[in-house]
Amino acid sequence: MSSSRFADRPALLGVLLFVTSETAFFALLIVTYVHFFGQSSTAAMARAHLDPFRTGIFSLFLFSSSFAVWRAERTGRANRIGRRRFWLAATIALGIVFLAGQVLEYAGILRSGLGLGSNLFTSTFFTLTGFHAAHVLVGLVMLSILLGLDLANATNARSGAQQSVSIYWHFVDGVWVVIFAIVYVLTFRGIIG
Amino acid sequence: MLDWASTVDHKKIGILYMLTALVFFVIGGLEALAMRIQLSRPNNTFLGPETYNQLFTMHGTTMIFLVGMPLLIGLAIYLVPLMIGARDMAFPRLNAFGYWLIPFGGLLIYFSFFATGASTAGWFSYPPLSLRNYTLGNGPFGNVGGVDYWSIGLLIVGVGSVASAINLIATILLLRAPGMGFGRMPLFCWLIFVTAALILIAIPALNAALVMLFFDRRFGTAFFDPTGGGSPLLWQNFFWIFGHPEVYILILPAFAIISEVIPVFARKPIYGYEFVAGSGVSIGLFGLFVWAHHMFAAGLSQGVTIWFGAASMLIAVPTGVKIFNWIGTLWGGSLRFRTPLLFALAFILQFTVGGLSGIVFATIALDWQLTDTYFVVAHLHYVLFGGTVFAVFAGTYYWFPKFTGRMLSERLGRWHLWLAVIGLNATFFVQHMLGVMGMPRRVYTYGDFPGWALANGISTVGAVILGSSIVVFLWNMYVSLRHGDIAGDNPWDAWTLEWATTSPPQPENFDTVPPVLGRRPLYELTAQRESANRRQSVGRGQEIVL
Repeated sequence: MSSSRFADRPALLGVLLFVTSETAFFALLIVTYVHFFGQSSTAAMARAHLDPFRTGIFSLFLFSSSFAVWRAERTGRANRIGRRRFWLAATIALGIVFLAGQVLEYAGILRSGLGLGSNLFTSTFFTLTGFHAAHVLVGLVMLSILLGLDLANATNARSGAQQSVSIYWHFVDGVWVVIFAIVYVLTFRGIIG
Repeated sequence: MLDWASTVDHKKIGILYMLTALVFFVIGGLEALAMRIQLSRPNNTFLGPETYNQLFTMHGTTMIFLVGMPLLIGLAIYLVPLMIGARDMAFPRLNAFGYWLIPFGGLLIYFSFFATGASTAGWFSYPPLSLRNYTLGNGPFGNVGGVDYWSIGLLIVGVGSVASAINLIATILLLRAPGMGFGRMPLFCWLIFVTAALILIAIPALNAALVMLFFDRRFGTAFFDPTGGGSPLLWQNFFWIFGHPEVYILILPAFAIISEVIPVFARKPIYGYEFVAGSGVSIGLFGLFVWAHHMFAAGLSQGVTIWFGAASMLIAVPTGVKIFNWIGTLWGGSLRFRTPLLFALAFILQFTVGGLSGIVFATIALDWQLTDTYFVVAHLHYVLFGGTVFAVFAGTYYWFPKFTGRMLSERLGRWHLWLAVIGLNATFFVQHMLGVMGMPRRVYTYGDFPGWALANGISTVGAVILGSSIVVFLWNMYVSLRHGDIAGDNPWDAWTLEWATTSPPQPENFDTVPPVLGRRPLYELTAQRESANRRQSVGRGQEIVL
């Protein structure tokens, strides 16, 4: 393990460890979703209530936000503060659009009279995607703080904050890749369930 | 007071952790005594069934989450930065955050006693018993049950533990003094590193399970509720995916303490440093893949059962390696029979008893016979009390002088030791027999069957003796804090860096960190100085001759 890479930015190591821990948390929620799949007609419920095309489009926004946050980090490192502000704002905007997509998806299910505790499908679906959305929201708060510091010209270029938030944001994005693959792609291709 | 509440100094936070754990230790111990009084004779009515269930749930929960973990984490947070020659932890504010979640989580769990009555579902809270159909109180705070407080409280405690694990790993990776490679790091830090890695991976599993349990209870989901299509077995899997690594989270720091104490009191370097570190890592890895041995009675398939039985037996190998390392260190050493060593020896003996009964449980057919009997209670108290707690006692006698600047009384230490050894064995050895005779655990009373009253009577007398050993221990700390001998920097002639600074250490720990030339920095430093002196005097002698 090359710990020297982190010697002057311990926060980066801290975030990597935190993300490792969060991976274990999401792993169990995903296992739960898969475990109950195919029981009590959860697969049919998923196919009836989810919109893979629309959510796929909204997912593209989240995926591209990973690119934006990477640009923010690079431009920040090159001390191009104006660019950095742009890419931070872009990341936040893309994240918000993704969350809006989640709201639409949730609204559709809720409108058909179903809630968190209605059945195994809604329980597992809302718990898994709800915790993910909460993580996106936390990421947005952190990104907004970074942007606010930037706008106030209070950014400390040497702090690991930008890189730490980037790592977290890539993680949130990566988790969604897995969730989208399982909850949407595999389900609608009939590979599981 | 405000000074302590706002501190980010790892030493003060370490002390806060340990004091918090001590308070909960006394509470958990009193709960145990109340249960032993109830069980002292057949058909006793000292406690009702409902109260008894609350007490065994809270005793287990308290001792695991509010005593074991904070005590060991606190010890690590105090010692790791000193041992590696650092000024503080990698994230001092996160350190304080991690600590403060523990007492507040604990208070929330204990508040349930007043709100609705504590959880009655046991420390592993199996559904359907832990679901609202069976455990829903109706107290002054509405329609909530002890399990609700229990799950949220543990969630808070769990987040604190993860924060401290992140901090410990980062500290060990980033803040070692120049010269201290992984091959020279004290074994205490090695084993704490493995422990922290286990906390990091295992606690989120519990957190996820707690969230689902809470949703089942409050929001009508049915993850673990068979009437809604859910699966109680899923909870068992999730809980023990956390729960078995948890066992190693509680015992690896004990190994860590013993691996420091024994060499110092045998006046020898540890025998097989690499093997102690390596077996610690392999225990950590194996520990992640044996969880279902807690579930042999749950009707798993034969293949699964055999896999988990075999994997569990495999763990006895690296554990046995460690026992041999310690014996090899003692062998031929100039033993100094001070209280820390005596408790370390008691640890080896008692932990081995618990280890052997553990192998009994890995034997699946025997497990089916003995599961949920007092044999389990005997086994887990030999490893957790005879193991973890005895190691903590050894560590307390060893490091108390560093924490406070004063020595603990040796005379009271002997009393403490012998009362604890006699008390432990009197309380728990007979429980093996009660288990074989079929006495179920977690039942508030029992009929007057042949031999049961006698064995339970012995066990209760043992518990009182064990309790009195704790009183002696507390008294020893109280008296020694005031009137104990002044310790000085290094009362034991020990070799690790924490002994290179004052007792108690100054803020930021060191004026200058001594150079780390090997695994025992202070020993090598003295050796180097002496040889330099000799060379100098030889040189001077030559001048005179010339």
